Amino acid sequence: MSAGASTYGDRRGILGALGRDGLLQVILVANTVIMLAPIVIMVFSAFKTTPQIFQSPFGIPDFTQVANFAKIWSETNFLRYLLNSFFVTGTSMVLILTLGTMAAYAIGRYQFTGASFILMFFLAGLTLPLKLAIIPLFMLMRDLSILNNQLSLIFVYTAMGLPTTVFIMTGFIRTLPSELEDAARMDGASEARIMWSIMLPLVRPAMVIAGIQNVVPIWNDFFFPLVFIQNDSLKTLPQGLTTFMGEYTTDWGVLFAGLTLSAAPIIVIYILLSKQFIAGMTSGAVK
Amino acid sequence: MREGPPSSSARAKRIFMPQLRMTGRGLWITVLIVPPLAFVALFIVYPIISAFAYAFFDWQGLRRGAFVGLENFHTVLFVEPYRSWTLNAFKNNVLVFFALMVLQNGLGFVLAYALWRELPGARFHRIAVFLPVVLSTIIVAYLFKLFLHPLFGVVNISLRGLGLGELAQPWLGQSNTALWSLIVAQAWHMVGFPTLVFLAGMQRIPSEMLDAVRMETQSEWVKITKIVWPLVAPSATIVFTLLFVGAFNWFELPYIMAGLDGSPFGSTDVLGLYFYRTAFGNVSAGQQNFGLGSALAVLIFIFIALVATVITVRLRAREIQL
Repeated sequence: MSAGASTYGDRRGILGALGRDGLLQVILVANTVIMLAPIVIMVFSAFKTTPQIFQSPFGIPDFTQVANFAKIWSETNFLRYLLNSFFVTGTSMVLILTLGTMAAYAIGRYQFTGASFILMFFLAGLTLPLKLAIIPLFMLMRDLSILNNQLSLIFVYTAMGLPTTVFIMTGFIRTLPSELEDAARMDGASEARIMWSIMLPLVRPAMVIAGIQNVVPIWNDFFFPLVFIQNDSLKTLPQGLTTFMGEYTTDWGVLFAGLTLSAAPIIVIYILLSKQFIAGMTSGAVK
Repeated sequence: MREGPPSSSARAKRIFMPQLRMTGRGLWITVLIVPPLAFVALFIVYPIISAFAYAFFDWQGLRRGAFVGLENFHTVLFVEPYRSWTLNAFKNNVLVFFALMVLQNGLGFVLAYALWRELPGARFHRIAVFLPVVLSTIIVAYLFKLFLHPLFGVVNISLRGLGLGELAQPWLGQSNTALWSLIVAQAWHMVGFPTLVFLAGMQRIPSEMLDAVRMETQSEWVKITKIVWPLVAPSATIVFTLLFVGAFNWFELPYIMAGLDGSPFGSTDVLGLYFYRTAFGNVSAGQQNFGLGSALAVLIFIFIALVATVITVRLRAREIQL
C-alpha cells in the first residue's frame, strides 16, 4: 500500500483524498454491519419459533409473536436473576461511590502523614488480577460464612471498584479550587459540612465516570458468582443465564429470547448514554 | 501498631498527636480513610498475599496440610500429566495473545484512524463499534456458540445458502478451528475498546502538527508511520498491556464456548480454565487441589506481572511527550 498510495496521492490530491476516504468509509460501514448483525439476528430470533430460526435465520419476524418471552416469564427464574443482579450491582455501586469518595476526599483535600502511601496502596489494587486470588477469597468467604450469600459478591465488587474510583476521584478532587472551602472554614463550618455541602456537589461529574467504569464489569461479572453462589434463587443474571441455557438447549427461540432479555437493559442504557459510557469505560486507559 | 519500647511509641504519639489536635482533622481523616482501606486490605491485598502462601502447602480439600516447599510448583511444571497440560494451556494463551494483537488491536487502530477523519456517520459507527463491549461475555459466548452450531448455526446455514456448503464445518467441534473460533468471538466482543482508546489518542494530536506534515508530504503512509503512530504511543502502551493481562486471564468465553476441559482434546485449553479446573475440580478431572491450583496462580501471576512490566517499560520509552 505504501509506495502506491503515496504516488497516487501526490499526483491527484482531491481525487486521492476522495478515494482514500471512500475506502475508509467502506471499512467503517462493513465493520458496523459486522458489529450489529449478531445483535440484530439475536433480537429477530427471539420472536421466531425454533423451526423458523432454522429455515430463515435472517428473515424479519412477526414482532407480535412473544410466545418465547411468555415462556421465560412463566417457566423460569429469569426475573429473580434480574432482580438479584439489580440488587448486587446497586448495593456495590453505592458502597463503591461512598467509600471511594471518602478516601479520595481525604487524600485529595488534606495533607497528612502517609497520604501518598495510602494512595499507592489503593493503586496497587488497580492492576492486580484478582481472579488469581480466588482460592484464598473462597476460603475467606467461607470463614466469614458468606459463601452462597450475595454479600460475598458485594464485598468483592466493592473492593475491586475502589482502586479505580479512588484514582479517578482523587485526581478530580485535587483540581477543585480551595477558595470556597477556605471561606466556609472561616465561617466556622465543620469539615464534614464542608465536604457534604460544598465539595460533594462539585465532584458529581467524576462520580459519573467512576460509576460507569465500575457498573458495567460488575453487572456483567460471571466469575465470582460461579465460585461463591450455588443457590439458584441467589444467582445473578450472567450466572442464571448458564442455568437457563442448559435447560432449554433445543428450544432455540427461547434461548435467543433469554439472551435478548439479558442484553436488553444494558443495550438500552448504553444507547441513551453512549457518550458517558464510552468516556467511563475507557477512562482508565485514556489520560 | 508500632513495636518497640513504650518510651519511643509515647514519643511518637506526642509528636503526632498535637498536630492532629491542632487542625482538628485527625479523627475526621481517619473516619474517611479507614473503611475504604479496610475493604481493599481484606478483599484484595490479603487474598493475594495468601495465594502465595497457599502454594507452599499440601491441601486436602479445604484443609491445609503440611508445608511442602516448592513441591507444588515442581509438580505443575515438571511432573506428567501436569507438565503437558501446563505447556499446552500456555501455548494456547500465547497464540490467543498474538492473534488478538492483530485482530483486536490492529483492527482497532485501523478503525480508529477511519473514525478520526469524521466522515459522515462517524458518530453512529463509533457507537456501533463499542456496543458489543458493554455486553456480558456470557451473552457473547452463547450467541457465538449458537451461531457456530454445526447444523443449525447461522454461519453454516449461510455458507450452504451461498453454495459454499463444503466450507460448513463443526467450528467448535474440531481441534484446528475451535480456538480460532473463540478468538474471533473475543475480537468481535472487544475490538471497540482499543478503537476508542486509539481514537482518543489521535484526537489529542495538535492540528498544527498535522498541518505541518501535510505541507511536507501527501503520503498517507508517511503521515501514519511518522506522526500518528508515534504520537498515539501512550494509548498503544495501555491497550497492549491490558490485552496481555486479559489474554492470560482469559476464562469466561472459553468456559462457555468450549467447556471447562478446553474441548475438543484440550485444543482450547487456556491457563484460566486449567487453573480453575485444578483448583476446584470438575466432573471429569475429579477432585479439587488447592495446592496445585495456588502454585499455578502464583506462576501465572508472576509471569503476567513480569511481562506486563517489561511491555510497559519498553513501550513507555518509545512514547513522545507533547
